[in-house]
Amino acid sequence: MRIVVIGATSGIAEQCCRLWVQREACDLLLVARDGAKAGRIAEDLRVRSPASTVEVVTLDFLDAAAIGRLAAEAALKPIDIVLIAHGMLPEQTRVQADLGLCRDTIEINAVSPALFAEAFAHHLAQAGRGTLALIGSVAGDRGRKANYSYGACKGFVERYAEGLEHRLASSGVRVVLIKPGPTDTPMAASYKARGVKLASVEEVARISVRGIDAGRPMFYAPPRWALIMLIVRNLPRFVFNRLNI
Amino acid sequence: MRPVSSWGRLSALPHDVVELSDRSRIAAELAKRRPGIAYGMGRSYGDACLNPEGTLWRTAGLDRFIAFDEASGRLRCEAGATLREIQDVFLPRGWGLPVLPGTRFVTVGGAIANDVHGKNHHETGTFGDHVVSFTLQRTDGEQIASGPGERPDWFAATVGGLGLTGVIVEAELQLRRVPGPWLDTETIAYSGLDAFFQLSDESHPAWEHAVSWIDCTWGEAVRGLFLRARPAADQQRTWRGRELAMPLVPPLSLVNRLTLKPLNRLYWMLNQRQLGRRVEHYVPFLFPLDAIADWNRMYGPKGFYQYQCVVPRESGPAAVREMLTAIARSGEGSVLAVLKTFGERSPQGLLSFPMPGVTLALDFHNHPGLEALFERLDAIVAQAGGRLYPAKDARMPRALFEATYPRLGEFIKYRDPGISSAMSRRLMGS
Repeated sequence: MRIVVIGATSGIAEQCCRLWVQREACDLLLVARDGAKAGRIAEDLRVRSPASTVEVVTLDFLDAAAIGRLAAEAALKPIDIVLIAHGMLPEQTRVQADLGLCRDTIEINAVSPALFAEAFAHHLAQAGRGTLALIGSVAGDRGRKANYSYGACKGFVERYAEGLEHRLASSGVRVVLIKPGPTDTPMAASYKARGVKLASVEEVARISVRGIDAGRPMFYAPPRWALIMLIVRNLPRFVFNRLNI
Repeated sequence: MRPVSSWGRLSALPHDVVELSDRSRIAAELAKRRPGIAYGMGRSYGDACLNPEGTLWRTAGLDRFIAFDEASGRLRCEAGATLREIQDVFLPRGWGLPVLPGTRFVTVGGAIANDVHGKNHHETGTFGDHVVSFTLQRTDGEQIASGPGERPDWFAATVGGLGLTGVIVEAELQLRRVPGPWLDTETIAYSGLDAFFQLSDESHPAWEHAVSWIDCTWGEAVRGLFLRARPAADQQRTWRGRELAMPLVPPLSLVNRLTLKPLNRLYWMLNQRQLGRRVEHYVPFLFPLDAIADWNRMYGPKGFYQYQCVVPRESGPAAVREMLTAIARSGEGSVLAVLKTFGERSPQGLLSFPMPGVTLALDFHNHPGLEALFERLDAIVAQAGGRLYPAKDARMPRALFEATYPRLGEFIKYRDPGISSAMSRRLMGS
């Protein structure tokens, strides 16, 4: 299995990689901003699966040309899965107070995943096979005061995935959007401080890997969020706007 | 700040939790918010892993493997890696941990800091006996590489050192060859302590693992189940663990004065069908309680105490008898009472718990009036020359700790001044 992981240091991506190498020898390409950290993850995966090959590439995640080149090079060999997993989740109040941070948040959570998705979609479509998986979020389902900058980006990722799915529907390429609820990763440290109950990253990864295998276009992880978000999305404004969520 | 409990759930006080996940940044993190204490899986029962109103350095995200030598079986990993993860990855490759405590949901760092033991102490000693080396991060920025052959004084202080000598960042462990996950097991019903000691003695060395569940509500006329096991090779079987969970905290402890005897009798009766020999997967045999996630919730909102002591072999039988009598007389008791013996191997750590002798572990739901029983048990343990296990402790008096851990004085100079836990303040004054 040949897998390209964008944002390989993300907690969910790292756990997915562990599950993948655990079940069979894989050829992994880890793409990250922090090369040292990705290197440590590669080391771990090689210990778990000596028969796998794990390569690390570092990149400017907003450099459209570099992203294009990376996708072209990676596509020289057939790709089974591309997982686009990177993100950042700053405190909403800090984003409101700092336009620079606001821009960074939007660039990393929305612009960058779209560039990667577009670049790889092109090559997967040419090959006529493979799965393009993106990590969205329950935060993308409805704008909330607690995290709307991040949530808006995840909503954008969902629309983008939807469009790609439509475009690639008749090809052999499958597009998968994973929508995790709050998950116990370093990114969500601030949630934890507020006492939000977090799903374990192992559980979210297990559900994600299964969903990618099945090629499900969209799913929540853990699945209970489907029901919760159904309610949240459909709350009338006069109720929703009074909620402190 | 968020509420954090240890396994006994006796308190849920606010802690400033700092997630460690990048081992290159630990030195900087530790310097920022001192004093703190490393927190792994939170499986120690009392206050060894707590630091209310202070910092906890959570190591769950520090769980990467670094290197494994397939020829020698040496594994280097980050300190937050769990024993479960190590077993799951390496057992299929014919390697396993020589020492496994009663739960596999503990980190390597925690296993070292508490110098944990398993049901096979006679054969493999404690966890520290299989640590080749570790890297210790001091809060002043110094990094100390230590092992039995390299700065051995730091090794002796850190093994069993309750996390107080620095934060263990990574460790190298010696795994051993194992034939597979299956065990040849035998369950024997017995009554009376003499029968227990006789079974223990005759089980070594033919049986690697040996442990006994006892119904402590009978006093010294104890009846129990003696469980022993040894590796079983060439088993073509598959095992699917069931995952049960305690979904909520009941409003009061499910184990209490009314249910204590019925539960013990029920457990005894259910196991009458399990007597004799059979082949069993190592997970349910070694970690029976891991089958129920969050089982500690069954003791209700007030949590529970575990009392685990060891007494030397010579004074052991008499002391255990006296303790069981005291427990039965008090009307208290436990459904998870465990008796086992330790082998002759002395542990590596200055504060390691095991000593050649017999160890008794009991759970008590938290309620008023327990302390009187604990004081009575403390007196028996001290009189017999034994001691209590800090990993399980939430209440031992400082004087008892000082009297029963004679190398405490040597240990103190290795403490990191930037590290403090509720336990260290309780037992060492800082």
